[in-house]
Amino acid sequence: MHCADPGCLAACPADGAIVKYANGIVDFQQENCIGCEFCISGCPFNIPKFNPATKKVYKCTLCSDRVGQGLEPACIKACPTGCLHFGTKEDMKLLAERRAKQLRDVSGFKDAGVYDPESVGGTHVIYVLHDAQNPELYAGLPKDPSIPFAYKAWKSIFKPLGLIAATLGFVGVVFHYVFEGPKREQPEVPPRRPEPPAGRREA
Amino acid sequence: MATSVGGMQEKEPQFFNKLGRTTVHEGELQRHSVYTRFLHWAYGIFFFLALLTGFAIYLPFLFRWFAPAFGGPANTRMLHPWFGLGFVFFFGLQAINWWGPMKWTDTDSRWIKHLPEFLRSAESLEPEEVGMYNGGQKLQFWEIVVGSIVYLITGIVMWAGARTFGAMLVAISYILHDISALIMLFGIFFHLYQATFGQPGTIQAMTRGTVSEAWAWTHAPAWFRQMTGRDPRQALEQERKRRADRERAIEQLSRGAGQGGGKT
Repeated sequence: MHCADPGCLAACPADGAIVKYANGIVDFQQENCIGCEFCISGCPFNIPKFNPATKKVYKCTLCSDRVGQGLEPACIKACPTGCLHFGTKEDMKLLAERRAKQLRDVSGFKDAGVYDPESVGGTHVIYVLHDAQNPELYAGLPKDPSIPFAYKAWKSIFKPLGLIAATLGFVGVVFHYVFEGPKREQPEVPPRRPEPPAGRREA
Repeated sequence: MATSVGGMQEKEPQFFNKLGRTTVHEGELQRHSVYTRFLHWAYGIFFFLALLTGFAIYLPFLFRWFAPAFGGPANTRMLHPWFGLGFVFFFGLQAINWWGPMKWTDTDSRWIKHLPEFLRSAESLEPEEVGMYNGGQKLQFWEIVVGSIVYLITGIVMWAGARTFGAMLVAISYILHDISALIMLFGIFFHLYQATFGQPGTIQAMTRGTVSEAWAWTHAPAWFRQMTGRDPRQALEQERKRRADRERAIEQLSRGAGQGGGKT
């Protein structure tokens, strides 16, 4: 779906395995994928798929290689009925709203509308639905998609904080040794008695 | 007498006593059997393998450089659950082994209350009622028992993934797995410290299997009594006296030698 706020990216523990480009495309880099499948649990749209042969996860790249060369994605190029369109988000939103209005006003689909869920910051693949009130009818598109809490707050805030907290154990024992010293078997050699002040010793 | 540690050695596989040996020298007590030591180092190795691979997955931002040692990030991820299983398996055997001696008692509750004094090294000797394991050791043992169960359940959920257990369960498991790891990591620093720098003479209990009698009456007085039948405080006083007598004897001898040297 190429979300503006991708759940797969939030869940991914591998650097550079999921990349969100400036043009909005969310792409998986196979060479960086570690095959943990966390992205599958982070995605509210059930988009990433695990490939048992490569032990990695893949999804639609929106033909990022073609788009990078100024071409449209292959699915749009191949679509024989012209129901798929490609362009800037603004242009596509205008086009989609126009088509939805046409469906409502002319074709009698009172609930027609555009699927571009705000809860993930909008998506860069948007749909015109006959019944925008019930997106679940369309292969289970979630009405209010959300990213699990675990991947939002935990990853960005608590993970580093938790590691620092655990490392305090190390800091603690180092300073215990420095300040208190070891606890030795008894009897140990008794502490040295303070020597008398230098002046008095000479006298 | 010194071959039995709280009566738990009898149940252990005899195979390990043929595989390795424990030599108890003069002035030492046997603390851990070959089997116990084998288990300890087996799950110890798996713990650190799982820890290092886990770090690379937990925060690749900081620890991505751990991954090449395990064959790259994808292999690291593939190996981590197996290392974890190894840890849980061997620790599980140890948990069975130590279930009895690790039972929580009032002594341990009192030990936890006296933790500030322990940390400040206010007392050079442990309270006389402290047995084979003190409250802190037992606390850590039970933390690892609970932590291992959390590891195992959440680990299996994440291993099978969202395709089997659904996104929500995986997301929850992910947090619990991390918390369990952080608590265990926090605790392991104290474990390593107490075994080496914090209480010198401790680590040999897990390597050679023995500790000195002085270690026992200092750190585990009730266990010393159980093993030797002697009073730990009296034994300490006897040792103090023995050393003082020895010092005095050496002093007298050297004084005698000095006078002798002056005459010739």
